[in-house]
Amino acid sequence: MSTGTQTEVVMPQMGVSVSEGTITKWLRQVGDPIGRDEPLLEISTDKVDTEVPSPAEGIVVQIVVAEGETVEVGTVIAVIAPVGSAVAEPTREPEPALQPAPVPVIIPQPSAVAPPGPQPQAADLGNGKTFVSPVVARIAAEHGIDPSVVPGSGTGGRVTKKDILSYLESGAVAVPETEPAPAPELTPAPAPAPMTAEPEPVAPEPIPIAAAVLPPVPPAAAPPVPPAAPAPAPAPVAAAPAAPAPAVEAPALTPGEVLEPMTAMRRGIAEHMRRSLDTSAHVTSAIEVDMSRVVALRRKLKPEYEANHGVNVTYLAFVARAVIETLKDYPWINGEMRGEQIVTRGYVNLGFAVELADGKGLIVPVLRNAETLNLLGIAKGVADIAQRARDKKLLPDEVQGGTFTITNPGGYGTFHGTPVISQPQAAILGTYAVVKRPWVVQDEMGQDVIAIRPIMNLTLTYDHRLVDGALAGRFLRDLRERLETWDEAAY
Amino acid sequence: MAEMTYIQAISDALRLEMRRDPRVFLMGEDVGVYGGAFKVSLGFQEEFGPWRVIDMPLSETAIVGGATGAALMGLRPVAEMQFADFISCAWDHLVTVAAKQFFRGGTPVPIVVRLPSGGGFSGGPFHSQNPESSFAHIPGLKIVCPATPHDAKGLLAASIEDPNPVLFFEHKHLYRRIKGEVPEDRYTVPFGYANVHRPGNDATIVTWGAMVHTATEAADELAKEGYEAEVIDLRTLIPWDKERVLEGVQRCSKVLVLHEDTRTGGFGAEIAATIAEEAFEHLDAPVVRVAAPDMPVPFSPPLEKAFIPQVADVVAALRDLAAY
Repeated sequence: MSTGTQTEVVMPQMGVSVSEGTITKWLRQVGDPIGRDEPLLEISTDKVDTEVPSPAEGIVVQIVVAEGETVEVGTVIAVIAPVGSAVAEPTREPEPALQPAPVPVIIPQPSAVAPPGPQPQAADLGNGKTFVSPVVARIAAEHGIDPSVVPGSGTGGRVTKKDILSYLESGAVAVPETEPAPAPELTPAPAPAPMTAEPEPVAPEPIPIAAAVLPPVPPAAAPPVPPAAPAPAPAPVAAAPAAPAPAVEAPALTPGEVLEPMTAMRRGIAEHMRRSLDTSAHVTSAIEVDMSRVVALRRKLKPEYEANHGVNVTYLAFVARAVIETLKDYPWINGEMRGEQIVTRGYVNLGFAVELADGKGLIVPVLRNAETLNLLGIAKGVADIAQRARDKKLLPDEVQGGTFTITNPGGYGTFHGTPVISQPQAAILGTYAVVKRPWVVQDEMGQDVIAIRPIMNLTLTYDHRLVDGALAGRFLRDLRERLETWDEAAY
Repeated sequence: MAEMTYIQAISDALRLEMRRDPRVFLMGEDVGVYGGAFKVSLGFQEEFGPWRVIDMPLSETAIVGGATGAALMGLRPVAEMQFADFISCAWDHLVTVAAKQFFRGGTPVPIVVRLPSGGGFSGGPFHSQNPESSFAHIPGLKIVCPATPHDAKGLLAASIEDPNPVLFFEHKHLYRRIKGEVPEDRYTVPFGYANVHRPGNDATIVTWGAMVHTATEAADELAKEGYEAEVIDLRTLIPWDKERVLEGVQRCSKVLVLHEDTRTGGFGAEIAATIAEEAFEHLDAPVVRVAAPDMPVPFSPPLEKAFIPQVADVVAALRDLAAY
């Protein structure tokens, strides 16, 4: 943070479970002036891509970490000095190859600028809630828990050892979230240390020997390492994270192949997809929905929403609204398996899979308490988070805490898919292209006729551990019923 | 078993060792005719004669120097400092000669220096100190700090038996205040084994000497609120029972180190540093030290009370630790 008059910019903690970040772009260069809270750089973490604001006003006097480098949270990445101050030696020597050696310089002070007063502190990214004690960090790593999800009872809401142990005992943890941690140093050691020392018979006449001045060897040969603490109660289903797979030598590039580094987001997606398939028993059911009423309603509402609210109401918003209503009758589909218990809730935090503009990533921003929103609110909310996802302006909390997710791969005309559940949720709904199809309907005489109808396929991919096929079928049936019958007032 | 005070247990151990081993003898100021300033050796001269219970001149240098020489010649002297505070006069003989002789010359120096130490009765800056950590820093010396009559007797026997120079810190404030069941026969308590004076799983208090009782009272106070702190009585500082302390750290994850000695450079710092080095990943709170402030021991009873850690101080620190 502030050392003397200059301010060190550190890699911020974007969410408690995030331990490192990659610098994707420096928005200011050495010598550039910057105001407090103005965007200084863009970073990419496995949770979110975002801009980092400057913690202080001044001049960027040093960039310590170059673009493309990944560093741990808390690492000094740049130094901001107040205008007019002499620049002190940097705290971290820059990589010689990447940065010219910093030379102390006097930055000219523009006459209009007030003399440097007390420096604003660097953004305080830590607080009592996010401080994780060593033992809590170790237990969290061993069990793959994000400590930020554990209710804290310590100072300032800090998660104490007791909190995390009772969280584990409650069976709340399902799958390891993080990479397996290296084995802690103090683990297994067999013999317990003597608890008491009742008088023990010892040699009656100790003979001075060479070791006489050394601490005595206890009679029963002391264990070389301290005994292990009683192991925290293991979570019912969470196994200890497996040892990291041994590194495999990458095959050499063949002609025509190109190597590209993987972004933090891609690594995060890869890990999450694999973990989800390893965790849930994925089953997909599909249903065809006659979207005639939705199409008609949308045609009616679209100009009105655009004119009055500046919002483009999409089919997705209609589906979302009907999904939220249907989820009220199917709490398990909006639920979660947590250890050996089932969590249900009285709210819906609806996640939307959003493709990033560069086509190289996917993010699932969450519309919180979506059950409180009507069609307009959902349309606005979806537009807002989708835009901010593409602009990399999402906050870490806006990509967490989803209870159910909708993914919409239908924009390209696909009519079916089997998406992967966003853990630890129980299900994900896929929406697909609305296409005109010949459809058998009954006319007013009760006769079957073929009509042209806009049909949309919906899929529900669910965790068969929790959700039975019949339940999923009834959910899809009710969802279809709403989409086919609801009038404007119902939305 | 018989109920004995802490001071009776010390006398008992000394008497049994002198009866058992003719090489053992006692030397110090007023230990003979007067029976010792605290009456530890009352009646000893009658039983063992003036050559085994020797009144020495007012010179700690002479006492420790003489004891070192006698030990080199094969005897087992027990030297008494009238107050531990005056051991500084004998620093050179202890630190330069006794502690290093075996390393330097190969001859053991099996002396025991008995050190009536500690405050709590307005003894002022010259008669109240706990200088154990100064000597814990000197390789070659062993440091013993019993808290109970049982341990005082068993540890004194083990000290006399030990082939190294041993500093036996007997706490004056425990002499007649603390009673306990003590076996009548001879026994030893081995060095390097802590004793769990009070069990608990919520926090570990590491302490020794008179503070064992302060810690236990404080822990009992917190137990009324359902918070159970264990009290580990180290019993010996050199060697100290690191394994037992680290086991407590791993189990409780919260540690309070308590000593009557002043804070800076006190032995509690060594314990806290060891915990940080070897059990960092088991800590759920910073290691807390409760110790006397860095100043000489005051005469004034209210000031002395403010100086020596009291039950209320430990209770307050434990509460903070519990809430952390």
